[in-house]
Amino acid sequence: MATAPEALLAEAASDDGLVARPPSRARVTLRRFLAHPTAVAGLAVVALLFVLAFAGPHLTRWSYSDIDYTALRSGPSARHWWGTNRIGQDVFAQTVRGLQKSLIIGLLVGVAATAGAATVGACAGYFGGWTDRLLTFVTDLLLIFPSFLVISVVSPRLKGGGWLVFALLLALFGWMITARVVRSMAISLREREFVRAARYMAVGPLRIIARHIVPNVASFLIIDATIAVGSAVMSETALSYFGFGVQPPDVSLGTLIADGTGAAITYPWMFFFAAGLLVVFVLAVNLVGDGLRDAIDPTSARRRPGRRRAR
Amino acid sequence: MAAYVARRAGYYVALLLVAVCLSYTLAATALQPRAYFEARQPPPRPAAVDAQLTALGIDDRTPLYDRFGHWAAHAVRGDLGRTIDDTSVNDEFGRRVGVSLRLLLVGTLAGTVLGILAGAWTAVRQYRLSDRLVTVGSFLLLSTPVFLLAVLLKIGAIRLNQALGTDLIRFTGETTPGLRGGWWAHAKDRAVHLLLPSLSIGLITIATYSRYQRSTMLDVLGSDYLRTAQAKGLTRRKALLKHGLRTALIPMSTFFSYNFLAVFTGAIFTEAIFGWHGMGEWLVGSIGKDDVNSVVAVSSFAAVVVLFSGLVADVLHAALDPRIRHS
Repeated sequence: MATAPEALLAEAASDDGLVARPPSRARVTLRRFLAHPTAVAGLAVVALLFVLAFAGPHLTRWSYSDIDYTALRSGPSARHWWGTNRIGQDVFAQTVRGLQKSLIIGLLVGVAATAGAATVGACAGYFGGWTDRLLTFVTDLLLIFPSFLVISVVSPRLKGGGWLVFALLLALFGWMITARVVRSMAISLREREFVRAARYMAVGPLRIIARHIVPNVASFLIIDATIAVGSAVMSETALSYFGFGVQPPDVSLGTLIADGTGAAITYPWMFFFAAGLLVVFVLAVNLVGDGLRDAIDPTSARRRPGRRRAR
Repeated sequence: MAAYVARRAGYYVALLLVAVCLSYTLAATALQPRAYFEARQPPPRPAAVDAQLTALGIDDRTPLYDRFGHWAAHAVRGDLGRTIDDTSVNDEFGRRVGVSLRLLLVGTLAGTVLGILAGAWTAVRQYRLSDRLVTVGSFLLLSTPVFLLAVLLKIGAIRLNQALGTDLIRFTGETTPGLRGGWWAHAKDRAVHLLLPSLSIGLITIATYSRYQRSTMLDVLGSDYLRTAQAKGLTRRKALLKHGLRTALIPMSTFFSYNFLAVFTGAIFTEAIFGWHGMGEWLVGSIGKDDVNSVVAVSSFAAVVVLFSGLVADVLHAALDPRIRHS
C-alpha cells in the first residue's frame, strides 16, 4: 500500500499518451517529491502505520475481542504492551485492529469519492447545457443535505458487514467539492485543441472524457485522493465516536477513542494510543498530499519571494 | 448585482425545497417511532401506540405522501409539528437555535477573520520562523478531528483546574447551575463556558483558512499589479492591504460556504461533547429516539444555514470581484 502514490504517478504518466511529454515525467515528479523531507517522512509514516495495522494483529497473542479477566485496567506491561481497558481487552490488539479498519475505510472512501468526483465533474464540464445544470444541482443538493443525518440514520441499522455500506455512504457525501473543481477544469479543457481535434475525428464523448479530460486532471485527482483519505478517516472516526459508524463488536479508532475518553485522565493508555495514531496518520497523509502537490504541479512549487511565477 | 443575487437566491430556495422533501422522506422511512413506543416499559397497548402515532402525524400505516402533505401544510404556516414526547417542535427549536447560533457565529467569525489574517501574514513572511511555526501548527490542527480536539481541550482544562486547585475553566453546559451573583457574574460565567467550545471550532477554522489564504496570497504577492501599485507610490503595507488582500480574498469567498458546512458538522460534535443543548445535540438525541419531526426540523435548519452562508459568499464574491458585479 505504501507504494500507491508512486504507482499512481507512473500510471498517470503512461495514460497521458496524447499530450507529448517526456517519458521521464514520473521520474521528474518522483525526484521533486523526494526533495521534500517532510513529504518523504510522511510517506514513511503512512507505510509504517499500514505495516502496524496489518502485521500488528499477528504480533500479539491477544485478539481484539479477547478478554483477560486477570488484568482489568492494567497499565502497559510485557503481558499487555499497551495495557488493557476496563473489561480486560488488550489495548494494543484493539488499537491495531481499529487502525486497520479505519485505514481500509479511509482508503476505500478516498478512492471511491475521487472516482465519483472525476466522473461527475468531467461529464458536467464536458457536456455542458442541461447535463451540467442537472449534475450541478445534484452536487449542490448533496452539499447542503446533512450527510450526518443520512449516515447516522442508516448506519446503526445495518447489521454485519455494515461497515462496507458505511464506507460507501461516506464516499457518497465526500465527492462534491472535488467534482466542482473538476467541472471547472473540464470546461476549459473542452476548448483545447487536442479535445477539438478528437471531436472532429468523431471520437465519442465518453471516450474523449476517459482519454483526454480525466488524464489531464489526473494530477489534481491524485493530490485530492490523498487528502480525501485523510478526511475520510476523520469523518469515519467522528461518526464512530458517536456510535453512528462502525458498530460493535467491530472496532475502529473512533469507537476506541470514544471508549477511552472517560478514562483519559486516570488511565491514559486507553485513550492516547488510539488518539495519537489517528492524528499521526492524518498528519502524515496531509504531508504526503502537500509534497505531491508541489511535485506534480510546478505552478504551485515553492516560490521564493521575489521570484515571479511563470504564467 | 441585485439581479445576480436574486438569481442565486432563487436557486437556493429551489435547492432548499428539494432538500427538505428529501430529509422528510428519509427521516419518515428510516426512523421507526413505532419501535420507540413499543420498547417502552411497561409495553403500551397496540391501540394506544397507534393513537399516539396518529396524533403526532407519524403513523407508519398512513401513506408517506399523506404524512408529508399533513406536515408540509402545517410547516408552511410555521408549525413544525410535535416531538415524539408530544411537546412542540417550535418551542424546542426556539430554545435551542440561539445556543447553536452563538457557537457557530463566534466560531466562524473569529475563525475566518483570524485565519485570513494569519494566512496573509504568513504569506508575507514566507519561510521565516513565524511562517514555519504557523504552518506546523495549522497542519497539526488540520489533522485533528473536531471531536478529538474538543476532548483534548477538555482534558487540558481538567488538568489545569487540578493543577490550580480551582474551577478556572468550567466547560460543561452553557452556564453554571445555581450560580449566584449579579449580571456581571452571569455574563462572565457564560463567556467562560463559551471558551472551550468556541476554541475547538475556531482553531480548526483558523488553521483551514490560514492555509488557503496563504496560498492565494502567495499567488498575488508575485503579481505585476502589486508591483505597479508600489511603483506609483503606495507604501507596501497599503498596496498589500488594498490590492493584495482584496484580490486574494476572491477565491476565499467560494470557500467560505464550503467551510461553513464543516463548521456546522463540527458544531454538532462540539455541542454533544460539551453538553450544550443546541441543535446538534438535538439532532443526535432525536435520531436515537426515532423522533421524525425533530430530525426534519434540525436538518431543515442546517440546510437554511448552509444556504444562507452560500448566499453571503455570493454577495461577498460579487462585492470583491467587479467582473461579477457588472456582468
